[in-house]
Amino acid sequence: MTGTRRRLSPGWLALIVTVLAYAALQTLMSTKVINPYWQQVAGLAGIMAVSALGLNLVYGYTGQFSLGHAAFYGIGAYASALVTRSLGPSIWTLLLGIAAGAVIAGLVAFLIGLPILRLRSDYLAIATLGFGIIMKVLFDNSDAVIPMMGGSAGMTGIARLTNFAWVFVFALGATVVLRNLVFSSVGRALVSVREDELAAEAVGINTTKYKTLGFTLGCMYAGVAGALYAHLYAYLNPFNFDFLKSIDVLLVVVLGGLGSISGTLVAAVAWTFLLEGLRVALPASIQDWRMVIYPLVMVVFMIFRPGGLFSGTEFGFLKPRSARRRT
Amino acid sequence: MSYFLQQLINGLQLGFVYALIALGYTMVYGIVKLINFAHGDVFMVGAYLGFFAMANWALPFPVAILVAMVGCAVLGMVIERLAYKPLRNAPRISALITAMGVSLFIENFTNLNFVFGPAPRAFPRPFAVRTFNLGGVSITNITVIVFGVSILLMVALTWFVNSTKTGRAMRAVSMDKDTSRLMGIDVDRIITITFGIGSALAGAGGVLFGFAYPQIQPLMGIMPGLKAFVAAVLGGIGIIPGAMLGAVIMGVVETFTSAYVSSTLRDAVAFGVLIIVLLVRPTGILGRPGREKV
Repeated sequence: MTGTRRRLSPGWLALIVTVLAYAALQTLMSTKVINPYWQQVAGLAGIMAVSALGLNLVYGYTGQFSLGHAAFYGIGAYASALVTRSLGPSIWTLLLGIAAGAVIAGLVAFLIGLPILRLRSDYLAIATLGFGIIMKVLFDNSDAVIPMMGGSAGMTGIARLTNFAWVFVFALGATVVLRNLVFSSVGRALVSVREDELAAEAVGINTTKYKTLGFTLGCMYAGVAGALYAHLYAYLNPFNFDFLKSIDVLLVVVLGGLGSISGTLVAAVAWTFLLEGLRVALPASIQDWRMVIYPLVMVVFMIFRPGGLFSGTEFGFLKPRSARRRT
Repeated sequence: MSYFLQQLINGLQLGFVYALIALGYTMVYGIVKLINFAHGDVFMVGAYLGFFAMANWALPFPVAILVAMVGCAVLGMVIERLAYKPLRNAPRISALITAMGVSLFIENFTNLNFVFGPAPRAFPRPFAVRTFNLGGVSITNITVIVFGVSILLMVALTWFVNSTKTGRAMRAVSMDKDTSRLMGIDVDRIITITFGIGSALAGAGGVLFGFAYPQIQPLMGIMPGLKAFVAAVLGGIGIIPGAMLGAVIMGVVETFTSAYVSSTLRDAVAFGVLIIVLLVRPTGILGRPGREKV
């Protein structure tokens, strides 16, 4: 600590490594060493990371069990797609669309959160699950109100405006924002709500406020992820926002370790590539086994490492200076 | 009016099938506080066992129900031993994720071609459908059988839980696991038995479901499973009569929405009712309002 030469702090080191890694990936992609298929997979991994960071904020840090994350993801996707389709495709409408996705998802989360966040653990899970199913039904019937949304046939005609670079920048931004949030006084308040609501209330923390805050912000993350997804895939189907999708995100968060940003990032990338990797690695005749293997991985993982990959710890560079010194 | 009564009968029929599934959810939740997501898939396996028993082995209907019940009971107990028992002392979320994993595993495994295969199958009807006309309301013999079998099973379960030694042990474990263990109850055995009984009921429910709505496929358990769980929460989770009541409400609400509003909205309405009930009475209709303890 008191060396004569000032060493580079881990935060800066991480930033440099990130930039270099991004440059390397981008070079490989533009020279087609990584083909468009894997570029898309990389994009999906980034989107999963953003969405999962949001759920980690909701569940991992604030302790509010949500099984309806995909609904907010869908709200963000449809809202942004409506914006870019009605205003014409350009970078500016895309940015506006992403903002709209985040704001509308956040607004819905706020409105639905105010009443249902009074519920605890499993009851909250069931209420959010119900909300997710209701949203799926609404997406399915959306064409009755807004024909552009396409209902159960899916929404088409969305411009392919995002690519790996966009997703990467947003994933990086999401990570930095979340990291700065959870190590702030607000973050400590959120964690105190998770640890013991009554005790938190007793020391003067407005639990309703922080629960709503964590839930709304986390769902805004889902909205951003959905907006990115809509413009990466250029096609939206209500099927992609159903209950199983919420489970997917929850899985990533739990496998990575609740309350760990590092874990979520690693798990999001690993999970997306594992699913796609099995698609390539397995011969065509046993392709169907892919869907059998992955739940098995899940169960075995949970039995042998129930705390997830990182069990609440972080990479050094994600920790604030004070926490780093202690360890 | 007769249309209303007709829809009520249809709703009750669906509700009774949900009730058979919901009982397993509620009993398991009452004892180990786990949302057993795989329960809906056990129900699906029950439907298939009933199908094989009747279509391939040419067994009579009552025997087919027994085959499905026994098969599902074994399946439920195996799942409990292999997947949930190692996690008894782990964080609850791990057990929940495991339950989802087991559920996805059963769905995708049975979806493989050499198991059940993804194609829907027509459930056989062992006898011709007869319709009785009662004052403008037509009741089929299928409805009568669904009503009869489910009521019989529910009465049997109520008797078992209230009047046998094992049933008493089950109630004790659901109240306080540690104290029950001190009183000499083999808690692990009781948990396994609970899974067995719950799964057997779901198996019977599966056969009745296939019988009443004659098409089965490997993913058929997801929605009825979720709705049955919702029904259990609606009635007050962990409470056996609550599960029956909640399931009947769920079935009737769903049928009425299809009949009077729109069939595409029935899931939304069913879950909307759930959210409202949870907000007004979070512990369910028959649940006792609990107080938070420090």
